[in-house]
Amino acid sequence: MNVSPDRPSRFASNEALNRALSTRLRPGQASAWTASLAFAWRGVLKIKHIPEQLIDVTMTPILFTLMFTYLFGGALAGSPTEYLQFLLPGILVMTVLFSTVYSGVTINTDVTKGVSDRFRSLPVWSSAPLVGSVLADSVRYLMAALVGLSFGMLLGFRPEGGVIGVVAGLSLLLVFAFSLSWVFTTMGLWMKTPNAVMNLGFMAMFPLTFMSNVFVEPETMPGWLEWWVNVNPVSSLATAMRAFMHGTFNLGQVITVLLASAAFTGVFAPLTLYLYRNKV
Amino acid sequence: MQSNPNTELAIEAHGLIKHFGGTKAVNGVDLLVPRGMVYGVLGPNGAGKTTTIRMLSTLLKPDGGHAWVMGHDLVRDVGAVRGCVSLTGQYASVDEDLTGRENLVLLARLLGYSRRASKERSAELLEAFDLADAARRQVRTYSGGMRRRLDIAASIVVTPDLIFLDEPTTGLDPRSRNQVWDIVRALVAGGTTVLLTTQYLDEADQLADRIAVIDHGKVIAEGTGGELKASVGSGALHLRLKNPALLLQAEGILTAVLNAPVVAEADPATLMARLADTSKATDALAALSQAGIELEQFSLGQPSLDEVFLALTGHPAESEEKIGEQQ
Repeated sequence: MNVSPDRPSRFASNEALNRALSTRLRPGQASAWTASLAFAWRGVLKIKHIPEQLIDVTMTPILFTLMFTYLFGGALAGSPTEYLQFLLPGILVMTVLFSTVYSGVTINTDVTKGVSDRFRSLPVWSSAPLVGSVLADSVRYLMAALVGLSFGMLLGFRPEGGVIGVVAGLSLLLVFAFSLSWVFTTMGLWMKTPNAVMNLGFMAMFPLTFMSNVFVEPETMPGWLEWWVNVNPVSSLATAMRAFMHGTFNLGQVITVLLASAAFTGVFAPLTLYLYRNKV
Repeated sequence: MQSNPNTELAIEAHGLIKHFGGTKAVNGVDLLVPRGMVYGVLGPNGAGKTTTIRMLSTLLKPDGGHAWVMGHDLVRDVGAVRGCVSLTGQYASVDEDLTGRENLVLLARLLGYSRRASKERSAELLEAFDLADAARRQVRTYSGGMRRRLDIAASIVVTPDLIFLDEPTTGLDPRSRNQVWDIVRALVAGGTTVLLTTQYLDEADQLADRIAVIDHGKVIAEGTGGELKASVGSGALHLRLKNPALLLQAEGILTAVLNAPVVAEADPATLMARLADTSKATDALAALSQAGIELEQFSLGQPSLDEVFLALTGHPAESEEKIGEQQ
């Protein structure tokens, strides 16, 4: 370190600064895939650095599981353990779908904080930040689902479909969550603040998840509600999940879920990409 | 319209226009920025500085006009422009949730470095920008100066031919500001062209080889710092009277002696006069003393941005809402 008496060196070493600046290395462009993976890595780091988000979305379903199983389980299905077999696949649906809201929150934060400015001025595939973040979100969804599943099994949930049934059910759930997260990324690019996205997102999730067959079958509900519960894709997803986890296969509902996923992705993924490139 | 860019220029822009709804954020900006120098864009909030930079760095599409950046057409050759320029926005555009090191590794990966080379380059930059100790801390714990340094480090993971720095020292303490100034000087020494925006005449004067003054979305003056100041007069005389009641009388004497407009300042006992010739200041002081007007304080200062604006536009550099940031 060379510190002259009249002008103290402000840096650990000005030579280090000059050396760093004199590198005119241009390693060449990152491919679309490398760039998307780099962004996915960023998303996974965020899970590590802000575990609150994960805890947030897993705590509520855990509380619901406990409450519904032990308070209403006996009355609804004869015994808490029996009810849990019905409830848990639906609770997993709820857990994961609630966490899709954070896809919108994340993207809105990037835009409002100016991080996306830098990404967009880089010579990489312009949709890579979005694709990467949605990939990382899938990791988060899987983690949330696994926490919920482990907790359920601790309470006595026993999936008769075995590992294959569970994997099939979770895969279908992830497909639907992936498609739904595009709805929230669109919302995230539309709205002004991360908080607004979170509030509106959760508000939209309530009728989607509660007014479904996650907790009870709709037969005893008033006609209009029964109608909604039956057309709600979340009900189809919950039914299909239950079937997979209990060792059967409900083709009709699986197709319904896949169609709904295709529709959400088909409309909202292009909309998100369009807004990302043009609006912000 | 010209069809060939001048290869001596880092930026050649003619009549750039950007409107947001009814607001003309940028209303016909012309810029000729020679390669290898620091070029300052000076102007108050809302003048159109940020919008201009966002257009030149391909983040916003111009509504009109034409520009070449490092010889590439700004609109038709976006990819090539992105490949050789780098932007440091007004708000540190680094990810607060990640650590300083992770931020740099991410950018290095995106710019095509291998895993291993990304780590080496990040370590080198963290060392150079005096951030090695904070490398493994989340950026949200950084001070304003550290954040700004990381932001600039992130912009030079691949040393760009041209770097845009949008108000790089706004909100920094003097020590951090000096660090940023050192970085800017080192960048230019390394061969990078720097375009920086600032609200401070002093900063433009210290760093920039040439300065463009922007107001209401237009370049209203361009030249070296010396040329700009000469256009304003060589300085301003600030006076503070012992007896505010004599203000009008003092104003009369000053106007007569200096043959220049005298402005009353917010403080009722102070006056400011712009000077074409600083030697006249002594005459003015003598005249006041003869008239029995006692002074509490006087100073002969460099013209401030406000004075430059007053001289160039006839209105002070008011603080408007930042038009560019709302987009």
